[in-house]
Amino acid sequence: MIEEVAVRHRTFYQETWNRLRSNRAAYISAWILLTISLLAAFAPTLSPYSYTQLHLELKNTPPSLHFWFGTDELGRDLFTRVWWGARISLFIGITAATIDLILGVVWASMASYFGGKIEEALMRICDILHSIPYLLVVIFLTVIRGCGLVTILIAMTITGWIGMARIVRAQILNLKQNDYILAARAIGASPARIMIRHLIPNAIGPIIATMTLTVPSAIFTEAFLSFLGLGIQAPAASWGVMMNDGLNAMRYYPWRLFFPALMITVTTISFNLLGNALRDALDPRLRT
Amino acid sequence: MSENLLEVENLKVSFSLEGKELQAVRGIDFHLAKGEAIGIVGESGCGKSSAVQALTRLIHATKISGQVRYAGQNLLLMSEKQLQKIRGPEIGMIFQDPMTSLNPTMKIGKQISESLLFHRMATKKEARSRALELLQLVGVPEPQLRLDQYPHQLSGGLRQRIMIAIALACNPRILIADEPTTALDATIQGQILHLLKEMQRHFGTGLILITHDLGVVSSLCDQILVMYGGKIVERGTSEEILLRPRHPYTQMLLQSRPTFDQKQKGQLTPIAGSPPNLLTPPKGCPFAPRCPKATERCQEEPPFFSGVACWLYEEAPQ
Repeated sequence: MIEEVAVRHRTFYQETWNRLRSNRAAYISAWILLTISLLAAFAPTLSPYSYTQLHLELKNTPPSLHFWFGTDELGRDLFTRVWWGARISLFIGITAATIDLILGVVWASMASYFGGKIEEALMRICDILHSIPYLLVVIFLTVIRGCGLVTILIAMTITGWIGMARIVRAQILNLKQNDYILAARAIGASPARIMIRHLIPNAIGPIIATMTLTVPSAIFTEAFLSFLGLGIQAPAASWGVMMNDGLNAMRYYPWRLFFPALMITVTTISFNLLGNALRDALDPRLRT
Repeated sequence: MSENLLEVENLKVSFSLEGKELQAVRGIDFHLAKGEAIGIVGESGCGKSSAVQALTRLIHATKISGQVRYAGQNLLLMSEKQLQKIRGPEIGMIFQDPMTSLNPTMKIGKQISESLLFHRMATKKEARSRALELLQLVGVPEPQLRLDQYPHQLSGGLRQRIMIAIALACNPRILIADEPTTALDATIQGQILHLLKEMQRHFGTGLILITHDLGVVSSLCDQILVMYGGKIVERGTSEEILLRPRHPYTQMLLQSRPTFDQKQKGQLTPIAGSPPNLLTPPKGCPFAPRCPKATERCQEEPPFFSGVACWLYEEAPQ
C-alpha cells in the first residue's frame, strides 16, 4: 500500500503555474508584457526608419500610415522610438527590481540569521546608505563613470535594495514569533533551513509586492535622471525621456506624450496585476 | 525499575525583564524511565512550558542552569549543533496550538517528512512513503490526499494528529506534549489522548505530558508532578495524587475541577487569588498567600521537598 505514493502528485511549481494561469487578468498581463518585450527585441526590424533618422520637413506630424505614432519635433518616427525606448526602460525596470530582490533578501536573511551585533551592524549600514542624499550619489557616479545606462543602474540599485532589505527583515522578525518556527526548531531544523524553508516562503507576499512596485518606479527614476541630463543621452530614447519631451508639446502635439505614456501605463498595470496574481498563486492560504 | 532515559536535576530557567530577573522555573528535579509517562500539572504561568522547553534549550531564556542528563550527556552544556541532532530523533515535541504550529506555506507531506530528510538522510521518495505511513498510523482519513494538502485545509483535530506524526517521524525516545489537547474540542480531546497513549505503548517512548487538566493526566500517566510557582510541590503516582492528595494546592486543584459525582453542593471551589509574581519570588512557600492552612512558618521558610513540599507533612515524611 505504501508503493503507490505518486498518485497525481503535483509539484509546487506546477501548482503555482496552474493557479497563475487560472487568473484571467494575470494571463492577459503576461501576454501584454511578452508582446511588448518581443516588439522591443525586434525594434530594429519593425519599421523602415531608424530611431535617429530625421525628417526635418515632417516635424510633428500626427499619426499616419507612414508614421503610425506620428513624429517628434525633429521628425523622428515615434513608432520606432517607442520600441527602442522599451528596450532601455524594460531593461532598467527589470534589472533594478531583480538586483533589489537579490541584494535585499540576501542582506536581510544574513542579518536575521546571524542576529545580535552582526544584525545590528548590517541594518545600521542600511540606515547610513539610506541617509545619503540620492542625487548626490547620482551626480558623484556621473562624475566618475560618465552618463549612461550602467551608471543609472548602479545609482538606482546602490540604495534601492534597502527598502526590500528592511521589509524582509521586518517580516522575518515578525514571522520568527510564530509557533511553527518553534516547532521547526523542535524537530532539529538548522537555522539556515528555517530561514530558507520556513521564513522566506512566508514572507513571499510582501517581497513580490515590493518588487512589482520597483519596476515602474525604476522606469520613472530613469526618466527623471534623463530629464536632468544625468541619464540616457540623445539621440537614444527611453519612455521616460520621450514622455518628458512630449510633455512640453502636450497641447499641440498630444501624440508625442500619449504613446510613451500609454506604454508606461500598460507595462506598470501589467506588472502589478501579474505580481498580485503571483503572490496569490504562491500563498496557499489565498488559493481559491 | 528500568534505567532512566532522562534525569533532570535542579533545573532553573530565568528571563531578564526590564533589568530584573524573572525566575520562571526555580529548581526542579525529576526522572523519566524508559516507556514511562509523566504528567506535569499546574496553573497557567507556573513554569510548566518553560521547564520542558528548557530541556532541549528551545526556549530563549536568559539563563538555564542545572543538569539535564540524556544518554550520559548534559543537554544544557551541548552546542547548538549537537542539540539539533537531539531535537527530533531523540526528543520530539508536540505543541499546544495545532492551528499555529504548522507552516502555512508547506504541504502536510513535506512537513511530516522534513526531519527525515536531514536527520535520516532519506530520499524524497522514502520520506514521502514514510509520511504516508505515519498519517495512517495517527489515524488520518484519506492519507494519500492529505499529503498534498496545506494546513489550512484541515480541521484542528486533524492538525494535532499531523503534529503528532511530525513528532514521531524519527522515532524519538522521548515525546514531550505541551498541553496537546487544550486547543481542541472536548470530543476530539479524548481521541488525541487515546492516540498519544497508543503511540507511547507502540513505540515504548517516554512521555512527558503537560496539562492543567488533572483528568487528562490520570488516564495517561504513571507519575504526576504538580508544579506551582516554578517549583514542584508534589510528586506521586496518578493514584496517589488523585485519591490521596497531600499538598493543599493539589487538594484545591482537585476540588476546582468538575466531576460527574459532584458532592460539593453542585458548586466548584475555585482557588482564590493568582500565582505568585516571580519577579519577586515569595520568601516562604509560594502557595502560602492562597493557602487556607498556611501558618506563620509557611510565610517565612520555604518547605523542603520529600514527595510533597509542605510544612504540614514535616513530621511524617513518607
